[in-house]
Amino acid sequence: MTIDRAAPAGASPTGGAAPPALEVRDLHVTFPSRRGRGPARAVDGVNLTVGAREIVALIGESGCGKSTLARALVGLVKPTSGEVLYRGTTLGYSNAALKAYRRHTQLVLQDPGGALNPRQNVFDAVAEGLRLHKDTDRLGARVHRALSQAGLRPPEQFLERYPHNLSGGQQQRVVIAGALALEPSVIVADEPVSSLDASARGEILRLFLDLRDTLDLSALVVSHDLGLAWNIADRVAVMYLGRIVEVGTVEEVLLEPKHPYTRSLLSVLPGTLSHRRPILLTGEPPDPTAIPAGCRFHPRCPAAAELAPHDPRRELCHSRALPPLTGTGRPTSVASCHLIPSPVPSPSGVG
Amino acid sequence: MTMLEVRDLTVTYRYGGASLAAVRSVGFTLDGGEILGVAGESGSGKSTMALSLVRLLPPGAGITGQVLFHGEDLTTATWGKLRAVRWAQASLVFQGAMNALNPVRSVGEQIAEPIRLHERVDHRAIGRRVADLLDSVGVSSRRASAYPHELSGGQRQRVMIAMALACRPDLIIADEPTTALDVMVQAQILQLLTDLVAQSDIAVIMISHDLAMLADTCDRLAVMYAGRLVESGPAGQVFAEPRHPYTQALSRAFPRVGDPTSRRAPASLPGEPPALGAVGDGCAFAPRCSLVMPDCLTRDIEPWPSGPGREAACLLVLPDPAVVGEDGPRVGERHPRVGASD
Repeated sequence: MTIDRAAPAGASPTGGAAPPALEVRDLHVTFPSRRGRGPARAVDGVNLTVGAREIVALIGESGCGKSTLARALVGLVKPTSGEVLYRGTTLGYSNAALKAYRRHTQLVLQDPGGALNPRQNVFDAVAEGLRLHKDTDRLGARVHRALSQAGLRPPEQFLERYPHNLSGGQQQRVVIAGALALEPSVIVADEPVSSLDASARGEILRLFLDLRDTLDLSALVVSHDLGLAWNIADRVAVMYLGRIVEVGTVEEVLLEPKHPYTRSLLSVLPGTLSHRRPILLTGEPPDPTAIPAGCRFHPRCPAAAELAPHDPRRELCHSRALPPLTGTGRPTSVASCHLIPSPVPSPSGVG
Repeated sequence: MTMLEVRDLTVTYRYGGASLAAVRSVGFTLDGGEILGVAGESGSGKSTMALSLVRLLPPGAGITGQVLFHGEDLTTATWGKLRAVRWAQASLVFQGAMNALNPVRSVGEQIAEPIRLHERVDHRAIGRRVADLLDSVGVSSRRASAYPHELSGGQRQRVMIAMALACRPDLIIADEPTTALDVMVQAQILQLLTDLVAQSDIAVIMISHDLAMLADTCDRLAVMYAGRLVESGPAGQVFAEPRHPYTQALSRAFPRVGDPTSRRAPASLPGEPPALGAVGDGCAFAPRCSLVMPDCLTRDIEPWPSGPGREAACLLVLPDPAVVGEDGPRVGERHPRVGASD
């Protein structure tokens, strides 16, 4: 079973000619300023790929821009600059183009109780997407199939039920079935298990692995939980204040983290029972309306704080901005930090 | 004297004509300077249990058993006594500080309120105390005039903790204190709570569905299922070497990064916990248990010793489950089940 679930060869961006299922290039999403603050640079130069049959975990604190990035990926937020590519084709933002695109890329949200209409039964909830796309041939059969793919078996037992008659895990399966009904090739899931009980969490995560195996789905899963990445992802991207600061295979990033931010996130992960001291970052989550100069992580960076007062790298951290990461993190993970010897972007690469 | 001793606590709700037990025969003790974690899925009765300790339940709830707080039984205490205990001696930190705080009053006023109600202190002394409390939870005392919406989620939860500390209580009951927070903010809040316990003699009951977080934070851990304590003991041991199949399943559900058995293999526990009132004879976990035996469906299951300082309510921890009958080993002076009659 484990062998089947190993990352498919096609997922390697270096391996084949096939374009990735989903890709963003130098994506920026800036929200206009409010109440005298500066504009919020929620996504501030992100490059990311999701290969065919690949599961990528996007990890970060709240306010780091990960949900905005997820929304930009499904076309719900129009990027300020940069592009989203689906199978190598740039996404257009006309209504028709977006509607066509959203059949291929479906979004699954955090709180299934909030995502489902309490007055809509399971059949209508799952059929809604198909009806919106005026694609109602064999509607009943397709709703059945989607429910059974989402693990609600036998489907007949669930069709007439309402959200309040379902457990949290079952509600999330209904939401996923609604996404699957449109036969997408990519699912973008924003914190799909964070509102679920521990027992249901594993069931839903297993479903993502099963869907990849049976339907060749790709997925981008947004979460604050590094354990989720270990459970299901092939690659992991760590996001901080609008940028990806480290990306690579799950094994490499989680077992040999390079970026001080990733190291710190790993150190506060509960349940490891290690005697490693947690590296607590002080202060509140960062503010995208006031991105610090230099390395954007430097005000909270434990590694930068330990530098000797006259260490020349201190000046780098404080004043030299880092370029966005461009690599996919295969075969070797990459991190955006002045303190990593190599292969950090050389100073000449800074624009 | 033990600070808090709970004996055979049972809470029933009346629903229609029936009486449904949400908490069934729960017993534990807690001393100053100790953190007890109570873990369980939603609907396991953990919040009901915690609120029943200070009788903060709706009028329809019936409480039996004893809650001995400094030797006095709170289940039968007068309202006047209970009012003196709440906040001054035992306070609460709720989940979702945005909803627990009053949006139209400054956080300083809200922290001052329990002090004003419980102690005769003058205006200026209260102001100083509020400033000290805010500083002690890591919020600048200049933020006393701020309203809840002006603070971040982590700061609001810190304010909740400052309120809970306002009257220097002996016991803090924290119901999911970090659930809505980010990993890093969660780590900061937990550090704050453990530091407070280490510096003073406060006891904390921390309720969460996150077994892994509790294992890291608490001294002892109690796991609830369908209203009962199914396993308890030293936190690290209960998490790392659980004896009850439910705790085992729950513990596996939290991946350990670096553990090859959980890589690309999320663990899950099929099925749903039983509905309130649908618990019959035998072990409530039996329908979901992978190790279920015929006896599990008929025998009375009680917490039996399962190691030093540990108990588990499972026939598998008995030396020979087939031999020990009705008069099997009893723990302490635990009473036979009272509240599970329905």
